[in-house]
Amino acid sequence: MDDLYREVIIEHYKNPGYRGHLEPHDIQFQDSNPLCGDQIEITLRTDESGKVTDARFDGHGCAISQASADLLIESIIGKPLDEVKQLNKEYILDMLGIDLGPVRLKCALLSLKVLKAGVYGLGEASDSLVE
Amino acid sequence: MTLNISEIRKDFPIFQRETRPGVPLVYLDSTATSQKPLAVIDAMDQFYRRSNANIHRGVHTLAEEATAMYEQARVKIAKFINAPSAHQIIYTRNTTESINLVAYSWGRANLKAGDLVILTEMEHHSNLVPWQILQAERGIELDFIPVTEDGLLDLDAYRSLLLRSPKLVSFAHMSNVLGTINPAAEIIRLAHEAGAVTLVDAAQSVPHLKVDVQALDADFLAFSAHKMCGPTGIGALYGKMDLLEKMPPFLGGGDMIKEVHLRSFRPNTLPYKFEAGTPAIAEAVGFGAAVEYLSSLGMDAIAAHEHEITEYALERLEEVPGVKVLGPSAQKKGGVAAFTLDGVHPHDVAQILDKEGIAVRAGHHCAQPLHEKFGLPATSRASFYLYNTKDEVDLLVNGIYKVKEFFG
Repeated sequence: MDDLYREVIIEHYKNPGYRGHLEPHDIQFQDSNPLCGDQIEITLRTDESGKVTDARFDGHGCAISQASADLLIESIIGKPLDEVKQLNKEYILDMLGIDLGPVRLKCALLSLKVLKAGVYGLGEASDSLVE
Repeated sequence: MTLNISEIRKDFPIFQRETRPGVPLVYLDSTATSQKPLAVIDAMDQFYRRSNANIHRGVHTLAEEATAMYEQARVKIAKFINAPSAHQIIYTRNTTESINLVAYSWGRANLKAGDLVILTEMEHHSNLVPWQILQAERGIELDFIPVTEDGLLDLDAYRSLLLRSPKLVSFAHMSNVLGTINPAAEIIRLAHEAGAVTLVDAAQSVPHLKVDVQALDADFLAFSAHKMCGPTGIGALYGKMDLLEKMPPFLGGGDMIKEVHLRSFRPNTLPYKFEAGTPAIAEAVGFGAAVEYLSSLGMDAIAAHEHEITEYALERLEEVPGVKVLGPSAQKKGGVAAFTLDGVHPHDVAQILDKEGIAVRAGHHCAQPLHEKFGLPATSRASFYLYNTKDEVDLLVNGIYKVKEFFG
């Protein structure tokens, strides 16, 4: 249980490095978790080769949702979009370094869901994006 | 009469377990669902061990026993809310289904485009969405009694709404977030003066207060067994006889008919007209045992105990810097304390409290519009029932201090 709030999570929650909103941006998407009201917006800039040159997240929610958003954004800058499209649940859990029950898993995966919906240019973020 | 809480706790087998080894269970989530006393668990167990059969029409011994038990439970439930007749108690799955039954059956027979239905801003989603569905289908209008800053219904605004001749006023007797106990008798009296029918969402009141449908003069009243020491999967709708008799059936199928031909049917009498298909029989038996259990302790004594706990909890919570409890003072509310803690998301509060063995709920508690009104995405909610103690309130407060330490 103490593991759930590992230092890395608390640190990224309290002092996120990538909180903000990019203007202008090439990709923007936002969604919320209806169960707890967690909300995440992601904005990205990309270059001609389809590489992420900068990214930010904004929103509010629990430590798990906000920390995983910060970690995710930090990790995708410099990555090609094609690679971002392949990111999955395990990628997030590896970064967080914890195991999560079904309820908190939704918190952890919200940012990835939002990111992938934006990168794929979907109208709606679906859970199947992160399974 | 004061309750002996340590004796009452022995009635609930779940309190013998620990949340985790060495960490006692502090269950503060009864507003979501209550724990079950042995009397209820045993009644259902005995039903399956000794009397299980499908009800009605069967002539064999078990079928007759099962039918009698199913119907005796209905009589107990009717008596519990002082319904004039057990025929006015319709078994449903839960409060939500009871409200949907009224929306689908009474609503479709009585509401047309432009008709006004008055709800309140503190409703549970179960008393919002069925009417929104009807609004989309029929073009009825919805309006809402506003909630004041301190979590009460604005009755002056209600009086103005009534000038628009609503057809129905449907409201929560007690808010599952604010804990506010609404002045149901007055709301109903004013609705009747304006010619409106009333539906009371009593999911949170029937488990905790003495509710008398005749004293309230309620037209419909909906509640669930699982929040009042009974099993999940069963609830009830009370309705006035003349209204229920005129209503068309809700679901079609077996048991709700008198006769069926290939192209037509004649509906059964009350309450069976609304009970299609094999119902939750063991659950009905458990429901009956639950009201018997609560009656044996006395609803006034239960309400007095909860009031004492709630008063203490509000006092203790408000002394914690950064904690803000929603809703009115203890005088005007039941055993619910939804709160926010500055700088910490409710999910994180609930998760760290769980580490201490304390079960509270975090989220919008199926009352998203109310949270929007107060500008909150979510809250943590502790709720109290007959088995909770002041010691548990102390554990909650200590737990919140630990949360603050953690995120401080």
